[in-house]
Amino acid sequence: MKKLVAVAVLVCLFPLAMQAIDQGFYISFATRILIYAMAAASLNLVLGYGGMVSFGHAAFFGAGAYIVGILAVEGITSVWIVWPAAIAVAALAALVIGAISLRTRGVYFIMITLAFAQMTYYIFVSMKAYGGDDGLPLPARSTPGFGVSLSNDFVWYYLVLALLAAVLYLLHRLVHARFGRVIEAIRENETRATAIGYPVYRYKLVCFVISGAIAGLAGALIANQTSYVGPALLHWVQSGTLMVMVILGGVGRFWGGPVGAAVLLSLEELFSGSPLLGPFALHWQLPVGAILLAVVLFAPRGIAGAFAKKPQ
Amino acid sequence: MLSLRNLSKRFGGVVAVDRVNLDVAPGEVHALIGPNGAGKTTLVSQISGSLSSDEGRISFQGHDVTKSKPYERVRLGLARSHQITSIFRRFSVLDNLALAVQARSGSSFSFWRPVAAERALFDEARGLAARVGLAEKVEAVASTLAHGEQRALEVGLTLATLPRLVLLDEPMAGMGPEESQRMIALIGRIRAGVTVLLVEHDMDAVFRLADRITVLVNGRVIASGKPEAIRADPQVRRAYLGDVLAA
Repeated sequence: MKKLVAVAVLVCLFPLAMQAIDQGFYISFATRILIYAMAAASLNLVLGYGGMVSFGHAAFFGAGAYIVGILAVEGITSVWIVWPAAIAVAALAALVIGAISLRTRGVYFIMITLAFAQMTYYIFVSMKAYGGDDGLPLPARSTPGFGVSLSNDFVWYYLVLALLAAVLYLLHRLVHARFGRVIEAIRENETRATAIGYPVYRYKLVCFVISGAIAGLAGALIANQTSYVGPALLHWVQSGTLMVMVILGGVGRFWGGPVGAAVLLSLEELFSGSPLLGPFALHWQLPVGAILLAVVLFAPRGIAGAFAKKPQ
Repeated sequence: MLSLRNLSKRFGGVVAVDRVNLDVAPGEVHALIGPNGAGKTTLVSQISGSLSSDEGRISFQGHDVTKSKPYERVRLGLARSHQITSIFRRFSVLDNLALAVQARSGSSFSFWRPVAAERALFDEARGLAARVGLAEKVEAVASTLAHGEQRALEVGLTLATLPRLVLLDEPMAGMGPEESQRMIALIGRIRAGVTVLLVEHDMDAVFRLADRITVLVNGRVIASGKPEAIRADPQVRRAYLGDVLAA
């Protein structure tokens, strides 16, 4: 609890501190971390708690982003329409993809979710009216009304932070409620969960849809963050990045997603931008890869797992 | 209570279960015995619904459950244990049992209220732990239990569903003599409230517990009846019991 309060104070004061030392860029960078923290947390729900290794989470993340982009092209920018629409479309996509994919298990599930995500990728690439290969620049951030503007990075940071906090609170309730216990039981032993009377398919599907919906919200936020949506958001590499975040942070650890997102993006920033590596900064993946390898080898429960007192 | 009519299961060209007829009466312990590969586990899986049947009918308490989903059968009161221990290994004994109680008490599509606040669930789980002899071990993580205790926990999980009929698939598998005695005593206790279909190789256990015995060889029922009659049946002795009793 003490740790949580410390982290909360830190993230709340961060933008003020950055502004004080005139490093506004880092506010925007931190917002990106918050958004990816949400996406990674959503993946961790299915992957870590539910044991469903979805290799297609970019589909929901990207779909959420594209809904914001497409509606912006059509002149609809109200937060109150655009974000719920992004969530709803991502949830619907998760329902359809989940309903089919969850009939398979193991490697087949990984492959089929990957295949669906790539299909989604090509659907959006082929929509020439909405940018095709080039993607869509957004004219401005979505508008919340009430005279508030999200174009201020300060306001934007705190809004994203509030949404992330709300999502994490919801997830925290969920994994400790009956539903969460059942999901974990299914991960541990699906045969046994069936044999004590749980319709496991339904639980997995509901879990998958909730996760997809949250990824959709994160997608809507990333579209606003960068004022651009492109097919790269839907690419399988994006799914892989989210998965790396979860593994780095801790599969099935509550803070696994956020910690992984923060660490991975920070490492990326540190090594790619950096005076640290000089001309080698182009190959920033190399040191990041080495660190990832070290975590997997020496802290198989992830960073959040390594710092937790109880084994689970 | 349970009746199988002409039940068959084929795997490719192999007939694992061949037109089996079987009736389990309420309150009895009915043992299903036979050599390895006779189709006993296949038959149990068909009854529990984890395998579909190619032919025939399964009825349970007057319901035709041939096509029912496994969880639907559990809700009707038909629960099973597995030959290879199937428990939630990383959960504590209490969490294992509470989860099984949760499965039949109210909806688990509940996303807000913490499970830990549900006292009734855990009280009942404690009662079950005591019933299967694990009262001292409720806080232990299931994977740390001794083999016999894990088997007892699995029986506890099946009992948590409040079954009318339990299918116990080799509950003594891999047990030492002492653990077996404890399991025999446990089955002796639970039979007071629930009908048992027992698959077992341990003939000492079978003859001590069973009211009736059905013998399965190569997927077919070759005999069914009282223990004395089965013991004396020449066909059974030739096909199965001869070896086992001699050994």
